Amino acid sequence: MTALVRRILGKAGPFIGLVLVIGLFSIPAETREHFLTFHNFKIIFTQTVIVSIGALGMTLIIVSGAIDLSVGSTIALTGVVGALLIQRGWGAAATTAAAVCVGGGVGFLNGSAVAFLRMPSFIITLGMLGIGRGMAKWLADNQTVNFDFSPINGWMTTSNPSGAELPAGVWVAVALAVVTSLVLRKTVFGRHVFALGSNEAAARLCGVATVRLKIVVFAVAGCLFGLAGIFQLSRLRVGDPTVAVGLELDVIAAVIIGGASLNGGVGTVLGSIIGALIMSVLRNGSQQMGWPNYFQEIIIGLVIIVAVFLDRFRRGGKA
Amino acid sequence: MKSNLRLRLDGISKSFGATRALKSVSLEVAAGEVHALIGENGAGKSTLLKILSGAHQSDAGTMELEGRPYRPSGPLDARRRGVAMIYQEVNLVPHLSARENILLGSESSTFGWIDAGASRDRAREALAALGYGHFPLERAAMEFSIAEQQVIDIARALLAQPRVLVMDEPTSSLTRSDTEKLFAVIARLRAQGVSIIYVSHFLEECRRTCDRYTILKDGETAGAGAMKDAGADTLVALMTGRPVTALYPAGLREPGPVVLEARSVQSPPRVESASFRLREGEVFGIAGLIGAGRTDLLRALFGLDAAAAGDVAVFGKPAGWATPRRRWSEGVGFLSENRKEEGLMLNLSIQDNVTLTKLETFGRLGWISRKRQAAAARRWTGELGVKCRGVDQDVVELSGGNQQKVALARLLAHPARILLLDEPTRGIDVGSKAQVYEIIGRLAAEGKSVVLVSSYLPELLGMCDTIGVMVRGRLVAVRPRGEWSEPELLRVAVGNE
Repeated sequence: MTALVRRILGKAGPFIGLVLVIGLFSIPAETREHFLTFHNFKIIFTQTVIVSIGALGMTLIIVSGAIDLSVGSTIALTGVVGALLIQRGWGAAATTAAAVCVGGGVGFLNGSAVAFLRMPSFIITLGMLGIGRGMAKWLADNQTVNFDFSPINGWMTTSNPSGAELPAGVWVAVALAVVTSLVLRKTVFGRHVFALGSNEAAARLCGVATVRLKIVVFAVAGCLFGLAGIFQLSRLRVGDPTVAVGLELDVIAAVIIGGASLNGGVGTVLGSIIGALIMSVLRNGSQQMGWPNYFQEIIIGLVIIVAVFLDRFRRGGKA
Repeated sequence: MKSNLRLRLDGISKSFGATRALKSVSLEVAAGEVHALIGENGAGKSTLLKILSGAHQSDAGTMELEGRPYRPSGPLDARRRGVAMIYQEVNLVPHLSARENILLGSESSTFGWIDAGASRDRAREALAALGYGHFPLERAAMEFSIAEQQVIDIARALLAQPRVLVMDEPTSSLTRSDTEKLFAVIARLRAQGVSIIYVSHFLEECRRTCDRYTILKDGETAGAGAMKDAGADTLVALMTGRPVTALYPAGLREPGPVVLEARSVQSPPRVESASFRLREGEVFGIAGLIGAGRTDLLRALFGLDAAAAGDVAVFGKPAGWATPRRRWSEGVGFLSENRKEEGLMLNLSIQDNVTLTKLETFGRLGWISRKRQAAAARRWTGELGVKCRGVDQDVVELSGGNQQKVALARLLAHPARILLLDEPTRGIDVGSKAQVYEIIGRLAAEGKSVVLVSSYLPELLGMCDTIGVMVRGRLVAVRPRGEWSEPELLRVAVGNE
């Protein structure tokens, strides 16, 4: 019996969680009418884009056995950089490319420090959390960076808000999720990331270039965080250096709810995306139920603990 | 025997789901007796120890301690009733002092304030009972050697004044001289009337230290008796269920040209100077005490540690000092002595572990064909007889012997032509050991070359064509096997040359 429950949880744990959460909000009379509609899910998907793209990078980092606390700061920094470039007349594609590069650069610095200084990623990225935020405020001169218009503004909305099509951002997130998932499962790079996170000493013994790999993992994740910064900019339509404070915790929570282990070597992209969706659905549903904000925060906190507990249970007590 | 019977287990059975781990096992231990519990990995020793220590409860059967029913509800209860465990891995809190470790959980205190004087006296007394009354009590546990840490561990167990002390593989990480010291400790405890259940893979040790033995095989008692009546062959036959005529494959090999040459290799702090030549199809053994620098030499050769001086030629080409990655590409493979910490990625699949060194060969442009990867893993795990559900099973679920075979399969799958093997049979059972020996013999016969580091002298003498000895960082006395004997190897290893 226990074994069967474990098998089911192992195969579809996070997915069952998502179905449960959706079910929870579909039953009460207050929400039934509005919750389970395409229009509402369009909102939920759109709201999940930024955390999802962040969670893709974070999945790479956590599977490799590290952590990144500087995601929120990177998103703010790249958003501000994007806004400044738009002010100077850059096009959407060039601006996005620049933001991705800035994010990648921040990740490269994180990874290099972790690999060469042999310091815990927690410490390095905790430092970068402050540095990135400070840089964003410096560049933005401590205020929001406004601009007249950019095509980027349209990436998180659709021309017809009640129409059947989804915003571009959602499709970008889906495409990136598919690519990241394939890369993690089916490429030499991906399997090396798992090996690194599972046992760094053994990976090194087997000829994995661990120093280079750590840098690449942080840099690639940084690129994704930079892209998330552009979608943040698209949503706000201004470059705000104080945006996304604490967002790294949402991103980490999504990955953990999705079944990854903070010890490294375990995690899936699909799980992380579902983790991000669970949190969005909870927020959306709570709002529709008219629950106060603090109540949502308590629920999400509990969900993280329960998710990790169930994950431990299915692994038979080993975390 | 009946009058001084300390511990009696009768008809102990235990199942985990559909697996019957123990079937009606019996065990009798007298007061002041050292009793060997012997069996291959998976024979049920661990389960029996867990039932003894209260970590598991038996499904059927009775246990009596000094004539009274004994059924501990948990490890703490077992300890309170007089059964203490010493585990294979030393169980200390590294940053606390020796005294704090010994008294952990049973501190002498008044209203929560530790009574320093009484603590010192009790810790000192426990250590003195083992013959180590001189230990510095306030030094942090991690600053002691492994052997000394084990003494501290035993002293902690003694604090509860156990009637039965269970020692699970206590010598697996000790040097020979430390092992001797441990035997002295055991002799003292026996003289004090403590009964000891001694679990070990090393039959020679059991025969030396133990009065009686019980053998487990497939969860059943396969034999029991007085140690002095049993020869090593009898014990092995009972453990494996088959007579072991030749544990080591007869090796009549013709070594070919030199494939690996090390000249005056230095790798501080452990390796001062090592030179040797390895020929094609040769098994080159390195004996020596733990800490003599054998592992460090292999690590330096493989590029895991930096070398300070000297040079290495692989297949005649000067190979310089490089990374493990380069060594693999040159056809050199390394098997770590530390399977769990360095050898394997435990929570990854067998397939990922076996093929990690050559993933890029299973596809194009960095993409891997999982099918081809699985096929390669299946081929080599099949060849080595790894017992598993499939190559996608996680390595952590395998037994020690099978994990070691997975680590070996990696070298074969690569395929490496020069194999650096560091303690390849450590912590695996006799049956698996025989298989590992057979594999090494077969590889050498195929023309592969092996450097074999081992602390187990019969293994070196049985397997190697040439043996050298590491003494305090120097590789000395490289001679053909025929010129070596066990006493001679020991004599050189302890530095009496």
